[in-house]
Amino acid sequence: MRNINKTLNVKELALHILDIAQNSITAGAKNIEVSIVEDEGANNLTIRVEDNGCGMSEEMVRKVTDPYVTSRTTRKVGMGIPLLKHSAEQAGGALSIESEPGKGTKLQASFERDHIDKPVLGDIAGVITILIGSNPDIRFQYHHKKNNESFNIDTKEINETLEGIPINEPEVLKFIKEMIRENLKELEG
Amino acid sequence: MTKIKSLADLKKMKGDLQSKIALREKSDSPEGRVMVKVAMATCGIASGSKEVMEYMIDELDKRNIDAIVSQTGCMGYCYAEPTIEVTLPDQEPVVYGYVDIKKADEIIEKYIRNQELVDGIIPVNYQTIEKDKEGGQA
Repeated sequence: MRNINKTLNVKELALHILDIAQNSITAGAKNIEVSIVEDEGANNLTIRVEDNGCGMSEEMVRKVTDPYVTSRTTRKVGMGIPLLKHSAEQAGGALSIESEPGKGTKLQASFERDHIDKPVLGDIAGVITILIGSNPDIRFQYHHKKNNESFNIDTKEINETLEGIPINEPEVLKFIKEMIRENLKELEG
Repeated sequence: MTKIKSLADLKKMKGDLQSKIALREKSDSPEGRVMVKVAMATCGIASGSKEVMEYMIDELDKRNIDAIVSQTGCMGYCYAEPTIEVTLPDQEPVVYGYVDIKKADEIIEKYIRNQELVDGIIPVNYQTIEKDKEGGQA
């Protein structure tokens, strides 16, 4: 019973992002771009995860929202995309995927911003930091736009600043997490 | 208003970081590092692997244990998430299941520090579906 109860726990958008980005990593992406756009006027929140990984065929794109399809070999079901799709649709939004073999994949999930079933943003700073720390060779970009204000972070710039110090050094990661957290707090106003 | 951190602040930290890394490199080789992999697929995330991973990163650093903590995909033990794989220098990897903060603390103190096995090990019989098709090699 333990895990049946726990499966319902992906209630934070940040955790969905962590999950979806894992697909990009598995797809061999060297660039992963995560964006969140909040538009209060249009009552909309959109998450986009874009990568330059191996991409998927049209048939696979059609199939991935089905929980019983996965490209992995360790087990036969894949739940990440179906869970996010369900979450978006429950909150008056939708999920779409564009992909091209050899080029990459663009996944977008939209939500009604004030919908009662819209998951909370959650610990975005923690999630982005985990992704950066675990995959130092991947270039991560994170963009967060709220109305007309925005915050951007790019690991290419961070690496240039570090001049050879590994980005996954615990102290560096701690700094990155705090930097994202403070900037997002400022954005929230 | 307090000042928000920027890359300029990171630049200022560089000197300290460099000397810390130089000190560590002098004391032991990179092969001497502990490797911790946290399973971070849908199953792991839904069971709380993010908290476990953050705890491992923070605590290993605080307790001065030279380790690399990274995420990995589903290892096939979805029923026992969160799972982590710990590899001590020159030893076979060990996979622990049902790892919460308390268990993670026990693994750090007993297994990583003293090489004393902790309850909750998943026996290694890791096989992929593809390998099964080929006739099941271990």
